[in-house]
Amino acid sequence: MTRIRLFEEKVNELFLKGEIPGFVHLYIGEEAIATGVCQNLRNSDYITSTHRGHGHTIAKGAQLKPMMAEIFGKRTGYCKGKGGSMHIADFSVGMLGANGVVGGGYTLAAGAALACKMQGRDDVAVCFFGDGASNRGTFHEAVNMAAAWKLPVVFVCENNQWASTTPYRTTTAVENIADRSVGYGIPGEIVDGNDVFDVYEKAARAVERARTGGGPTLLEAKTYRIKGHFVGDPELYRSREEVQRMMKENDPITRLKERVIAEKRLSEKELAQIEAQVEAEIREAEQFAVESPFPEPHELYEDLYVEGGVSNA
Amino acid sequence: MRSITFSEATLEAMSEEMERDDRVFIMGEDIARQGGIFGQFKGLPQRFGFERVKDTPISETAIVGAGVGAALAGMRPVVDMHFADFLGVAMDEVFNQMAKIRYMFGGQTIVPVVLRAPDGIIRSAAAQHSQCIESWFLHIPGLKVVIPSNPADAKGLLKSAIRDDNPVLYFEHKVLFPMKGEVPDGDHLTPIGKASIVREGKDITIISYSLMLHRVLEAAKSLAGSGIEAEVIDLRTISPIDKETIFESIAKTKRVMIVHEAVKTGGVGAEIAAIIAEEMLDCLDAPIKRLGAPYVPIPFSPVLEKLVKIGVEDIVNAAQEIC
Ligand SMILES: Cc1ncc(C[n+]2csc(CCOP(=O)(O)OP(=O)(O)O)c2C)c(N)n1
Repeated sequence: MTRIRLFEEKVNELFLKGEIPGFVHLYIGEEAIATGVCQNLRNSDYITSTHRGHGHTIAKGAQLKPMMAEIFGKRTGYCKGKGGSMHIADFSVGMLGANGVVGGGYTLAAGAALACKMQGRDDVAVCFFGDGASNRGTFHEAVNMAAAWKLPVVFVCENNQWASTTPYRTTTAVENIADRSVGYGIPGEIVDGNDVFDVYEKAARAVERARTGGGPTLLEAKTYRIKGHFVGDPELYRSREEVQRMMKENDPITRLKERVIAEKRLSEKELAQIEAQVEAEIREAEQFAVESPFPEPHELYEDLYVEGGVSNA
Repeated sequence: MRSITFSEATLEAMSEEMERDDRVFIMGEDIARQGGIFGQFKGLPQRFGFERVKDTPISETAIVGAGVGAALAGMRPVVDMHFADFLGVAMDEVFNQMAKIRYMFGGQTIVPVVLRAPDGIIRSAAAQHSQCIESWFLHIPGLKVVIPSNPADAKGLLKSAIRDDNPVLYFEHKVLFPMKGEVPDGDHLTPIGKASIVREGKDITIISYSLMLHRVLEAAKSLAGSGIEAEVIDLRTISPIDKETIFESIAKTKRVMIVHEAVKTGGVGAEIAAIIAEEMLDCLDAPIKRLGAPYVPIPFSPVLEKLVKIGVEDIVNAAQEIC
């Protein structure tokens, strides 16, 4: 969680300094969800992500250096500079990609889960999506298909109360996204998205259910989007006080620290050591990204098609 | 060689590829229990099981998207669209996901998906079940588009498409399904990206594909009667376009016409005409000619439908205008 937080604070700073092109959507304040869910996953499990994908990518095990380089548009990035913040993927850890299309991940996750089932593997796919995305038609199609075919997939809604500038209640009549599970004949569960222990435990049950042939689950993690929709968002649609209050009362990292200290699992000193270690990692990632070269013009045409096309494998 | 129908040829391709590679599977609406609207899936589930020949919910975005997701996780899915017209329902999955994933993620993965899309005018199926929309997909880098005109290529192109590591759209004309033709025995593959010269001639090059190719061949016979020898090219793949074959032919004939059933505006013919104008204009002795449907949706009434179809006469007349 600290790795996600500090990485993103660095990205925020670099974007504001004008070093990062494009759009950046920060996950700050929602770290407990990706972390709690992905702690239940193996390398061979899959996730699909959103436009707000840094947290999911890090939680699934991606390396910070190629991530940062990708965000800078450098050729040493995960996608050789062709993706950027909104399109990071690391197939080596089962991270099937962030998605610039809201709701683009549902069907891909269902398909990856279908492949796992057909191949006789007990791997699963997790689809992260936002409350705004839950109103896309693809949600219905993918969840229904996954339910009908009992696919090993977990749909994780990150209900941060906002879709860009629009509050949840103005676009959605159901109180909870999790309630929609009833319509598909699958379990639906609400978790406290700012409590990594709660996310971990309930995600564990859902992942286990998927792994053992029980089919999909719809989890809804209740949280709050602390930052603007994207870096540079003037946030004219809500008050500063509201945001500050939410962060003060409900920061998932503060809550985690307080609990591990109270339960004597880690000391303040150990926590500080972790932080220092992560800070060093992020400094290295930044340096790597800054020093890396941009792609060469000829790379424009690379990786569009598989050369030759016909594989005999 | 044996003579079999276009539909049987695609069935052979499917079963041979499923036999050869257990990562290949097919899904779509009403393909398993019904065997497909055109019989193109008959017997497959009995042979390979209902897990590998899957009836899906009526959820085009989920079908195409799940095909893409399954490909990312190591499968080689073939997805049947029922009718090409329904590709529009799943367009995001086609052009924002399937086409872009490889490039956008820096070549980390392959996306070996085949979309089978039955297209073309069939008796009074009207505006939402009769379209030829192949040209939409030329405009999207990352896709390959093939479109056979006969059983041999139907089999050969489908097999090549399934073995291709890139996403391929496979258009198959509904009227062609029952058409018979000779298909080579054994592992017959038609290369993607290679047009074929199906009739040699010296006076005009006529480029076509799919059902229209048969009209063009009839027209060529009739033109020969009036002393015009047409060279006929079957494009077979419309993305990427085989420029080499086209250019060589035009260098010889100095005249060119493109014929397709799709609407003329923004069609494949427009692209080919532009390529020729850019690169071969000096070579031409006459203006480039295009024949395609008028700019209207396909009407229902047989009387009106007839007016949007291109007949042999139309082709003959158009060729004579530039010869
Ligand atoms: C199909 C589509 N429609 C609209 C957008 C523009 N857009 C990007 S993010 C966003 C809000 C998404 O809200 P939500 O799913 O709740 O995720 P959050 O940003 O809150 O994490 C919108 C409307 C898009 N990228 N894709």
